[in-house]
Amino acid sequence: MNARFAPRTDHLDELEAESIHIFREVAASFRRPVMLYSIGKDSSVLLHLLRKAFYPAKSPIPLLHVDTTWKFREMIAFRDQVAAQGDVEVLVHINEDGLRQGISPLTHGATVHTDVMKTQGLKQALDKYQFDAAIGGARRDEEKSRAKERVFSFRNAQHRWDPKHQRPEFWHTYNTQIRKGESVRVFPISNWTEMDVWQYIRRENIPVVPLYFAKPRPVVARDGALIMVDDERFTLREGEQVETRMVRFRTLGCYPLTGAVESTAGTLDEIIDEMVESRSSERQGRVIDHDPTASMERKKQEGYF
Amino acid sequence: MAALDANQGLLRFITCGSVDDGKSTLLGRLLYDAGMVPDDQLAALERDSRKLHAEADGGLDFALLTDGLDAEREQGITIDVAWRYFHTARRSFIVADCPGHEQYTRNMATGASNADLAVVLVDARKGLLPQTRRHTYICSLLGIRQVVVAVNKMDLVGCDEAVYRGITEAYRELARTLGIAKVDCLPVIAPGGDNVGTRSARLPWYQGPTLLELLESADATPARAEDFRMPVQWVNRPDQSFRGYAGTICGGRVSRGDEVVVQPGVQRARIERIAVAGGDLESAGEGQAVTLCFDRELDASRGDVIADALRPAPVADQFACHIVWLGDNALLPNRTYWLKIGTRTVNARVMSIKHKVDVNTQAKLAARHLSLNEVGYCTVGLDETIAFEPYATNRTLGGFILVDRQSNATVACGMLDFALTRAANVHWQHVDVDKSVRGASMGQRPLCLWFTGLSGAGKSTIANLVEKRLHALGHHTYLLDGDNVRHGINKDLGFTPEDRVENIRRIGEVAHLMVDAGLIVLVSAISPYRSERRSVRELFDEGEFVEVFVDTPLAECEQRDPKGLYRKARAGEIRNFTGIDAPYEQPESPEVHLQTAGLRAEQLAEQVTAQLLERIVEPADDDYPV
Repeated sequence: MNARFAPRTDHLDELEAESIHIFREVAASFRRPVMLYSIGKDSSVLLHLLRKAFYPAKSPIPLLHVDTTWKFREMIAFRDQVAAQGDVEVLVHINEDGLRQGISPLTHGATVHTDVMKTQGLKQALDKYQFDAAIGGARRDEEKSRAKERVFSFRNAQHRWDPKHQRPEFWHTYNTQIRKGESVRVFPISNWTEMDVWQYIRRENIPVVPLYFAKPRPVVARDGALIMVDDERFTLREGEQVETRMVRFRTLGCYPLTGAVESTAGTLDEIIDEMVESRSSERQGRVIDHDPTASMERKKQEGYF
Repeated sequence: MAALDANQGLLRFITCGSVDDGKSTLLGRLLYDAGMVPDDQLAALERDSRKLHAEADGGLDFALLTDGLDAEREQGITIDVAWRYFHTARRSFIVADCPGHEQYTRNMATGASNADLAVVLVDARKGLLPQTRRHTYICSLLGIRQVVVAVNKMDLVGCDEAVYRGITEAYRELARTLGIAKVDCLPVIAPGGDNVGTRSARLPWYQGPTLLELLESADATPARAEDFRMPVQWVNRPDQSFRGYAGTICGGRVSRGDEVVVQPGVQRARIERIAVAGGDLESAGEGQAVTLCFDRELDASRGDVIADALRPAPVADQFACHIVWLGDNALLPNRTYWLKIGTRTVNARVMSIKHKVDVNTQAKLAARHLSLNEVGYCTVGLDETIAFEPYATNRTLGGFILVDRQSNATVACGMLDFALTRAANVHWQHVDVDKSVRGASMGQRPLCLWFTGLSGAGKSTIANLVEKRLHALGHHTYLLDGDNVRHGINKDLGFTPEDRVENIRRIGEVAHLMVDAGLIVLVSAISPYRSERRSVRELFDEGEFVEVFVDTPLAECEQRDPKGLYRKARAGEIRNFTGIDAPYEQPESPEVHLQTAGLRAEQLAEQVTAQLLERIVEPADDDYPV
C-alpha cells in the first residue's frame, strides 16, 4: 500500500490538446483577453501552449505580469528574456499606490502584502486595460477549493467569485457570454497535475527559471521555512544567520514568502524522481496558504488568482 | 505527436451515490491507496479526523480528503462537482466527484458529460434507492456506457454474499433497461480499503479484480466516432501567405490530400497541410488540436464543421432532443435562447416539450414547462441550419448548451437525437414583389410600432389615437390589439408564462407579415418579458421595430382600473395578473419612452407621431435592406 510510481506519459497529448482548445476558444470569443504570467513553471507551460495554439501566427493574446517588486531576481531576469524574444507582448503592472505606501512582506506580513501588491494590483491592471478574459495557470490538483473551479470561471464587475453560483460546464462547450464590465478567469491547465507539468516540461524541453533546480543558495531558517536571502532588503532577526544550503524551489512567488526545500535534484529527471519519492505537497512552501483552513477559498472570493 | 492509444490514455470517470453511501470515503481511500496523499496532507487529515470524531477510535476519515468548500464542510454534504487526479503505474485518472444530493442533478450531468465510465456506489444495507436509478439514468443520458457498481459497507451486513448477489442482480436488470452496455460489480468496505486497492480477507468469496484494477483496465474510448469531423474554432491568418482553420478533431481521422466539405454549406476542398507547432503531420485523429489548410480559397469561419466529403454530417435546423434543465427560472417553450453546439452559437427555441421524464422512474409525463433539474424530450428549432451528429455517435456535434439571453446563465444541456425533416421540406419561396416595393407603392416605409406597458397604462388608447392621425395623413396602417387577438388567433392561450411567450411570438409573427405587406403596424400588448420583445425585434430589419414604453406607475393603473381587472386580481379572482402576481420587465432602451403622469392621451399620441413621421414618410431608397 501507498506505493509510489511515476505515471506513464501517454496522456500528455490529450492534456495538451485540451489546453490548446481552451486557448483558441478564448481568442475566438473575447474582445480583449490576456494571459496572467507569473514566471513560474505553470506559466512556462502556459506560454508554450499559447505559442502552440496559434502557430504559425503570433499569439493574439498578450502576457501580463503583476510585479509585487519582491520576486526573486532570477525570475525577473527570466521574464525579461521572454519579453526580449519579441513574439509575445509582455505587459508589467506594479501597484504604485502600494509601492508609495512602502508595503513589504517583511514589515506588513504575507497577508497584507499579497492583498495590496498582488490582488489589488491585478484588479488595477484588469481595469486599466479593460481585459475581459484573464487566463491563469491554476490547476485543480493544487488545493482543495480549486478542485471545484470551472475552466471558464465567471467574475462580476467587482472581480468577485461566487462559488455557489458557478456556471455548469459540459463537454468542452464553454459558455463565454458576459456583460460589459464582467470578466472570466480561464484555466487551460485545470486538469494537469504537478507531475504532468514536469513531465511535459521535460518532454517539450521548456525553459524554466533556474531556481527550480538544486544549487547551494544562501538561506535563513525562519518560522519553519527556509527563506532565501535574495537582496539587501532582507534583514536578519536576532539569532538568525545566513547559511549556504543545497536547496531548490517547488513553487515560486515573492522571495520572503517562498520556502525552499533541501534537495540535490539538479536536472529535470532528478526533479521527477524526487517528486515520486516526495512526501509533501506542492504548496507547502507557500507562507501565504498557512492562514486558517480554506484560506485560499476566501482569497479567491476576494479576487486573488 | 503520437496518435492517442485507446487503452493507455487518461481515464475520466465519475463517482456517484446517494448521501451517506460513503462515496467521499471511497474516493479518499482510492487516492490514499494510489499513494496520492502527501505527508503534510496526511498529518492534516489525522488532525481533522480527531477534531471531528473525538469519540471515534482514531481511524482516518478519508472523506475529509475530498470534501472541499467551507460551506460543504459545515453542512456535511458535497454540493458541487470536485475534480480529483491520481495515477498508478499503469495509467492516469481524472475523477469527477459528483454530489448525491437531490437538488444537484445538474452537477452530475456536468461530471458525466466528459466521463468514459461511472462508479456507482450502493449502500449494502439499503440496496438500490431511487437515487441509484436516477444516477444511472443520467449517466446513460449523457452517454456513459460502462458502469462499475461498488456495493459498500459490506461489513455492516455481515459480509454476506447473498446480500451482494441480490443487489448486483437488481442493478444489472436496471442497467439493461437503461442501455448501459457494460457493468462490473464488486463488494467493498471503503474505510478499510477492502477491494479498493487490495483484495479483502473479509470478503473471501469475491475473486474478481479490485476497484483500482478495474479502473486500470477499463476502455477509455468506448464509443469513438468514425467519420472525420472538425468544428472550426478560430481562423488562423497571420499574413497573406497562410490561411488555416484551427480546431480540435471530434471524430475520425484526416490525412493530407483528403477531400473535405465545409458544412453546413457544400464548398469542397482538399487538405493541403495539417499544421501543428514543430512540423506538419501526414494525418491526425480524434482529440488532436490542429490547424488545417486547404488547396483553395474558401469562405469558412468559426462555427463551420469541416467534414469528410464522402461522408458528410447531416444538416438541419429542427431536432428531437433530450434537455436537462438547469436554470432557476423554468424553460418556456418558444422563448429564444442561445444554443452553443461545438463552436457554433445560434438562436434556438424549444418548440414543444413532447414529455418530461421522471428521473427516478423514467416515466413519461406531460409537461408545459421544465423546472430546475427536470429532464424533457423536446423539439428544438434554430434560426440557421447546422451540421450535427446524433449525441450517441458524437458528443461534440450532438451535445449543446442553452444560454439565457438576459442573464447569460447556462440554463440547459441537451443531447440531439435526430433531425426533424419538416424544415427541409418547406423552402423559402422567392417573390419578386417585396416589402420595399409594396411600401413604396403606398408612399411609406413600413414598420412596427410596439406599445408595451401594464394593463390600464393607456397603450390601446394612445395607439388608437396614433393610428387615427396616421390614417388622416394618408398612411396605410393596422392596429393589432392584444385583447382582440386573444378572441381569435390566440383564443387557445391563457396567461401562464408559457402561454404569454407564445402569445407574443404569434403577435410578432403576424405583425411581421403585415409589415412585409407594406403596412405600418401598431401593436398594443402588455408583452411583459424583455426576452420575447427582443425576439420580436429580431424578426425585423434594422430601424423597422419601434418600441414604445407606455410608462404608467402601477398605483396609477390600479387606480384607473378601466376594466375592473386589478380589483379582481387583488381579490384573487384572476391569477397571473401582470404587476400583481406576475412580473413586468421594463424596457431598458425603448425607442420612445412615454412617461404618462400628468399628460393627456392626445399629448402622448402627438409625441409618438412626431417621432414617427420622420421615420416613415421618406420613400424607400434603392439600397433599402430587404
